[in-house]
Amino acid sequence: MKLNDLCKHTTEWFDGSGPDSDIVISSRIRLARNLAGYEFLSRLAPDRQAEVLEKLKDAIMSSDIENDIFFVDVDTSPDLERQALVERHLISHRHIRGAGPRGAVISAAESFTAMINEEDHLRIQIFKNGLQLKECWEEINAIDDAIEQKVEYAFSPNLGYLTACPTNVGTGIRISVMLHLPGLKMTGEIEKFLNAARDTDLAVRGLFGEGTEAIGDFFQLSNQVSLGVSEEELVHKFTDNIVPKIIEYEKEAREELLSTRKAVLEDKIQRALGLLKNARLVSSQEALFLLSHVRMGINLGCLEGIPITEVNKLFMLTQPAHLQINKGQQLDPDQRDIVRAQIIRETLLQN
Amino acid sequence: MQCQHCKQQAATIHLTEITNGQRQETHLCEDCAEQRGLAIKNQVPINELLSTLLASQGASPHAASQEGEGKPTQEESTSPTALACPACGITFDQFRKETLLGCPSDYEVFKAPLLKIIEKTQAGNISHCGKVPARAPSENKRYVKILNLRKELQTAISNENYERAAEIRDRIEHLQ
Repeated sequence: MKLNDLCKHTTEWFDGSGPDSDIVISSRIRLARNLAGYEFLSRLAPDRQAEVLEKLKDAIMSSDIENDIFFVDVDTSPDLERQALVERHLISHRHIRGAGPRGAVISAAESFTAMINEEDHLRIQIFKNGLQLKECWEEINAIDDAIEQKVEYAFSPNLGYLTACPTNVGTGIRISVMLHLPGLKMTGEIEKFLNAARDTDLAVRGLFGEGTEAIGDFFQLSNQVSLGVSEEELVHKFTDNIVPKIIEYEKEAREELLSTRKAVLEDKIQRALGLLKNARLVSSQEALFLLSHVRMGINLGCLEGIPITEVNKLFMLTQPAHLQINKGQQLDPDQRDIVRAQIIRETLLQN
Repeated sequence: MQCQHCKQQAATIHLTEITNGQRQETHLCEDCAEQRGLAIKNQVPINELLSTLLASQGASPHAASQEGEGKPTQEESTSPTALACPACGITFDQFRKETLLGCPSDYEVFKAPLLKIIEKTQAGNISHCGKVPARAPSENKRYVKILNLRKELQTAISNENYERAAEIRDRIEHLQ
């Protein structure tokens, strides 16, 4: 398991590069699939669940999909390791909370993950930095084809790929883009964006932190409808309509802030930086909130000398499981706040 | 933002209710939200949406009562929702509670009531459009292909791209 090494740096999809990456952090496409001839997870006996796991694991590991892939036994892995995988967006909370034989196949570059026996028998996803949904679709589509050569999926000509929850039936696709929208948040226009998104059958939630409240102005936008709209159509809708519009609004908001409320904006950014450089206790929520302002400061050219990659790294490495794995010991929340503050200080003072 | 109820803790639960076009927002802290029976879930608003829908589908009397399970009335035992899937044993009422189906056959067994739910959660769509597994029988592939083309045809017509529409129509006829 290479997790200890992985946890020392951020994921490739969060390295701060990629098309439009000052606003679009990353693109992700996942497909939900189930094997024909097996019950869905809620009604699958443990021995059959083990069979599904073996079958899918073999199919994926023996397909020539990615050069360097490894398997994680989610059922037996230590809690901290599983938590770190969630923090890296490689597996879901639900996958940890599940029961019985289940696992994940992950590529070393962390762009590809397959969750086996989560809500569906198989959920495969591709992550890329910036706005690259077309590329994500091409890759995941090819991987899906490769796996399908070895197993038979549950499929109906009327309803498409059959999934445990009818909200995924059809293409089984979930397209998500992670957006950083501090400008719209500050101008108060974010509500308009959220309402417009919901009106057009899109789901919005926070990227980091808990609850649906988006901490640190990160939002995850994804499709709700998986039936009756083809994969290409959806990718096209996101890439050519929805996301460019949001980018435009966010840019306008940032420009407006720069031209009419420059002092307020700079004050926010500099205060955030000042706090981060000096605080001795930083909670994870506070870190998200303040780092978000610093990130915007860099993207607006108000802060010089701090590489965006370092800030993105801090978002990732200051999460609870990452802190503990890198420190090599269990830490309670109070101790974590101390270590978090220390890592942030050291990183920012180096630059 | 402060919790509207206790006015002490920070509000982290933001509830927007729209009744008869009237929008009402409530901001609560976790404790007050829990007291009011608003469950706190970290993720998957879509599942919440589904369970809300399933609950609101309570045209049948037992859907409104929380503990219909175990003691079906005469009426229920004959209603299709009390039928169990012969392949996995799940009943439609159980699905309503759990929001997850038991096996692929359920889509056939509970077709009528499921399609109603699917229509609501999938923006009115009830047929597949898009990828078909390479292994699927060629008849199935042809079927989905026609569906996909019909959809393309609609788009072409609404974009007033009649040349393309004619092209698509020819392809559909060819397939049929």
